Amino acid sequence: MADEPKAPQSPESPKPDSAGATSAPPAAPASAEAAPSPAVKPAAPARPAPPPPKPPVLMQIPLDNDLTKRYREQFGAAILDAVEDRKQPYLVIAAAQLAEIAQYSRDVEKFDLLEDYTAVDWPRREKRFDLIAILYSFPHNMRLRLKIPLADGETAASLVEIWPTANWLEREIFDMFGISFNGHPDMKRILLPEEWQGHPLRKDYDILQQDTAWVRENLGIESGQ
Amino acid sequence: MQDDAAQKQTLLGADELVLNMGPQHPSTHGVLRVKLKLDGERVRGTECVIGYLHRGVEKIAENRTYQQFAPYVDRMDYVAAVSNGLGYCEAVEKLLNVEAPPRAKVIRTIMTELQRIASHLIWLGTHALDIGALTPLFYCLREREEILKIFEKYCGARLTTHAFRIGGLQYEAYDSFEKDVERFCKDFERRIQEYVDLLTGNSIWIGRTRNVGVLNAEDCIALGASGPVLRASGVKWDLRKAQPYAAYDQYTFEIPVGTNGDTYDRYMVRMEEMRQSRLICLQAIENIPAGPILGKVGKVLKPPAGEIYHSIEAPKGILGYYIVSDGTTQPYRVRIRPPSFINLQALDKMARGHLVADVVAIIGTLDIVLGEVDR
Repeated sequence: MADEPKAPQSPESPKPDSAGATSAPPAAPASAEAAPSPAVKPAAPARPAPPPPKPPVLMQIPLDNDLTKRYREQFGAAILDAVEDRKQPYLVIAAAQLAEIAQYSRDVEKFDLLEDYTAVDWPRREKRFDLIAILYSFPHNMRLRLKIPLADGETAASLVEIWPTANWLEREIFDMFGISFNGHPDMKRILLPEEWQGHPLRKDYDILQQDTAWVRENLGIESGQ
Repeated sequence: MQDDAAQKQTLLGADELVLNMGPQHPSTHGVLRVKLKLDGERVRGTECVIGYLHRGVEKIAENRTYQQFAPYVDRMDYVAAVSNGLGYCEAVEKLLNVEAPPRAKVIRTIMTELQRIASHLIWLGTHALDIGALTPLFYCLREREEILKIFEKYCGARLTTHAFRIGGLQYEAYDSFEKDVERFCKDFERRIQEYVDLLTGNSIWIGRTRNVGVLNAEDCIALGASGPVLRASGVKWDLRKAQPYAAYDQYTFEIPVGTNGDTYDRYMVRMEEMRQSRLICLQAIENIPAGPILGKVGKVLKPPAGEIYHSIEAPKGILGYYIVSDGTTQPYRVRIRPPSFINLQALDKMARGHLVADVVAIIGTLDIVLGEVDR
């Protein structure tokens, strides 16, 4: 279902009689009744169907364009990987060189906007966190993501000096994941109260934890949830 | 004794006074608390205390399926719920590698532009109210009501609409949809002129907004401020043009820009944006393509493992969704880049050196919604 590119859309459009349908499920239920994975086939047989298997394989491809070459030349081993996922490029970089790479990205490659800065928790990996910096370049109208793997307890260099917008974004990462940043002017929680226990967006933080603890403490009973 | 002495020194020396503004204060547009460091009436520094409305939206997302999470995004920027929904649906569609049918795209565009007008009307009404002009609020809410009626007829809800579905639309446009939109747009031209008559040449309005909260282009980009705040400082940049989504590439419209980056320029930019949104709606209803409204998506969504970042030009700025899939029915991680949260960071820079009363104007001109700041 997911793996259909634009091609199968065209056979649909000549159908003139679908205007009355509230939700266009004539096609959808047919695919839902069958088992999920071969569901794609019944929709397509009228056309030469072979292309479907191809796109899913190409979701993530190694990236080797001019941009990544320049980064590799500049930083060598600090660029751990370069990937294109659904036509969006990202570089995996070593945390030790984060500040230099960020400075280079802003000054030389003209990624002048830090559009977003966040993290993802992968508890079963050796380095459990990925910091994700989403950069945008006004002159080139393109985005680039930097991924910085970090182990639990490891700190990263603060980017506030390079992109002032990182100030609150880093505080939010600290609040939600417990990753601290070296050289941040005001490293404290931002959305949650100071006395909050734990970091909620870590995968091992249960969604009911705070609730059950509060009920136990304040009502003296076990939470019914 | 010692405390007394210290207090006396501060009061008589009047070096610095810390004043709490909010969280219960009507001009903070919700539950924003700003600690103001004052020297007399002058602001020497500010510190925002936020999070009073934090609901853990991103954590909730990890415990819902892709479709189940869609209504939650409406509750972030609740005066522009349709825009939030558009961003989320398009992001998940990109993750699934499906595309909404052309008819759905055009209806989405019309709804989103109506929502932009509605959001700007709320901004204009409350912003003017904060500064002391009571009348525009009633005018603005009158027009917004017409838009909300269209939403209500379309999907049954006025505010948290959940108007779109992943893959397209659930509801077909109702019979007189085009007519309603056209009537509103035709009428709205005259209405904008009424706001202009009330405010644009008004000397009190000019006195309260010119050269207040100036933010130049470099600062905007460094602080990540986007949307009308960025455009008012002279950067001609709009995601609808730079990286078109939905059906925006089919319509002609202008990107209004300011020159000084002050509160008055931001007012002018948003007023012009309303006119442009009106023009987009008029162009779009001319030719809504026939065809299906929902693309081929299954009832169970399992996007292939991977990640996507998709952002749209919401009424308040860049609204981005970063979604990581691990191949299951629930998103592994959803990160929302809220424009209000990042624009609010510019408050300190804008308010320094101004009077306390100007802080109210600056909060208004940033057009923040606390539901989105705190998520």
